[in-house]
Amino acid sequence: MTSTDQQIFLSVRDLKVHFSTEDGIVKAVDGLSFDLAKGKTLGIVGESGSGKSVTNLSILGLHDPARTTIDGEILLDGKDLLTATERELERLRGNKMSMIFQDALASLSPYHTIGTQIGETYRKHTGASKKEARARAIEMLRRVGIPQPDVRVDDYPHQFSGGMRQRAMIAMALVCDPELLIADEPTTALDVTVQAQIMDLLKDLQQEFGTAIIFITHDLGVIADIADDVLVMYGGRCVERGTKQEVLRTPQHPYTLGLMTSMPSLEGSVDVPLNPIPGSPPSLLNPPSGCRFHPRCTFTEKVADGLCSTERPLLDVVDGRGSACHLSLEQREEFFAEFAASRHN
Amino acid sequence: MSNATPLLDVSGLTKHFPIRGGFPFPRTVGAVQAVDGLDFQVAAGESLGLVGESGCGKSTTGRLITRLLEPTAGKISYRGQEITHASRKQLAPIRSEIQMIFQDPYASLNPRQTVGKIIAGPMEINGVNPAGGREKRVRELLEIVGLNPEHYNRFPHEFSGGQRQRIGVARALALEPKLIVADEPVSALDVSIQAQVVNLLQKVQQELGIAFVFIAHDLAVVRHFSQRVAVMYLGKIVEIADRDDLYGNPRHPYTRALLSAVPEATADDTPARERIRLVGDVPSPISPPSGCRFRTRCWKATDKCASEAPPLVQVEGNKPGHLTACHYPETAETVAAVLSKDPEAAV
Repeated sequence: MTSTDQQIFLSVRDLKVHFSTEDGIVKAVDGLSFDLAKGKTLGIVGESGSGKSVTNLSILGLHDPARTTIDGEILLDGKDLLTATERELERLRGNKMSMIFQDALASLSPYHTIGTQIGETYRKHTGASKKEARARAIEMLRRVGIPQPDVRVDDYPHQFSGGMRQRAMIAMALVCDPELLIADEPTTALDVTVQAQIMDLLKDLQQEFGTAIIFITHDLGVIADIADDVLVMYGGRCVERGTKQEVLRTPQHPYTLGLMTSMPSLEGSVDVPLNPIPGSPPSLLNPPSGCRFHPRCTFTEKVADGLCSTERPLLDVVDGRGSACHLSLEQREEFFAEFAASRHN
Repeated sequence: MSNATPLLDVSGLTKHFPIRGGFPFPRTVGAVQAVDGLDFQVAAGESLGLVGESGCGKSTTGRLITRLLEPTAGKISYRGQEITHASRKQLAPIRSEIQMIFQDPYASLNPRQTVGKIIAGPMEINGVNPAGGREKRVRELLEIVGLNPEHYNRFPHEFSGGQRQRIGVARALALEPKLIVADEPVSALDVSIQAQVVNLLQKVQQELGIAFVFIAHDLAVVRHFSQRVAVMYLGKIVEIADRDDLYGNPRHPYTRALLSAVPEATADDTPARERIRLVGDVPSPISPPSGCRFRTRCWKATDKCASEAPPLVQVEGNKPGHLTACHYPETAETVAAVLSKDPEAAV
């Protein structure tokens, strides 16, 4: 049911990322583990301060080495990225693994044409000539659905619309046929119809090339569309994981449940107020003790001895499915049952 | 829909932004037709949702209503009084009644002022002195929006995004307005916070009877908050209706496509909603397509669509108050025909 029986391509083990700042140590990621197989998509759900972006920057080695302490293991096709040299990482970035960022306008150089930027990545990793790189850039633009690619290849980023810029970024990320693609909220800033086009494009490309994709978003609807497996992050930790069906149909963590029940949908009842999660995302400088979600959790008094504020709940994973909560699974089944019933209709 | 004078009445509202260029003498070489002939009304205490994608002109419309911009053509009436080209002096007494909430909670608060000063600002500018003093009123407002009144002397940077948006709401309420234009009030917020702010706005609307023009691109949020909804495309309203009519029976192809593009957070293998895929990007508002502006992306456009702009009217099969601008409005049959050809392909 999970990806453990397929070829594991990326393996993250007990990742810890700490930043030293003037105000103290920020524990951005605090013990994260997951696996990803080729041709599969892992959806990471997280909001501000969940540690999702830091996790991905760490995989690519794009963190600031001077102020960052990283522990744990990141294995890409067997190679440990955390002990790799900068040179080795450079050979992998853009080549074997690449990233699509949220803000395409900020991520593309305004001084170079789209074609030059796409071609640059290609030339660096394959030693191709300018002419070959240009031809490859045109081919990639065509593949991502840019009309008149042989003309648009000489345009600058500001001449592209938001959706087109994102496609250009995808073209740049895929030009060397990477085996791992990390997409960090690539559609959050886009209109809903453009988002649908980009999602279709990524799914088609994955089918054609068998790319492993990590897709970060806070939108559960997007997760439902594109992910095979889901990992929910909160306060730098994984609070729940499983297949998309498992997590969306029967969430096991109060935070996941809270996200689902707080969102307005196109079909839900409109005459009752929404059910927001109280409070705000946690500070990572002074994170809450014990379970990082406990200040916002509505189930803490059901747990004996006030454990939620004193002890960190362990993430118990069986067959790729698990969550980190002090409530017993029976208790959660009972309390969440009302929700589960409404979702099964 | 009441027959009383609407709180806000907009007809033929147009805003073109001139583009200057040319050599050697700069002259107007074209115009961005941001908003082109809008007609709509907002009744007292009612919430009108304005949805559309980037570049459709919804934010410009919000600024026109609050007279932060002056229309190029058309008419805006507030409580029966025409304010289309009113001067600042003429607008002064009305300004306290029409307030705005902005999208970016980081850019819309002056970082050098305390929260108390920010919220009291509108009162100071308009020379309003509520009974009991301004400070008391500010503390009341902080409580209404769910913030601690003791934080009166804190600065914006000490608050989170969601809290800053609440400060923006408190500021908008300071003068007891009758109409609030909220321009994407929750899009910049984390998902778990959006619901909090939406609930706050609903509470404000219901308890204080304030009318809203709620501008957003999130169709689910708009559905939750608005009684009437208008869909905009490239400067025009393509469909406007009571909420349940719009979401339950969208007659304009663009409305249908927009609704079908919203991803659902369910893990069923068979999608509950049909997916219509639009090809390409929105055309430029500098040279919008002739006739119907949506025709370049519409799967059933004909020559008529290029030569004749469809009027926004109550087409056959619509309930009263439901207006659609299309020569070939959707029916249940036409959608089925579209999907049976190839449900997966871009249409």
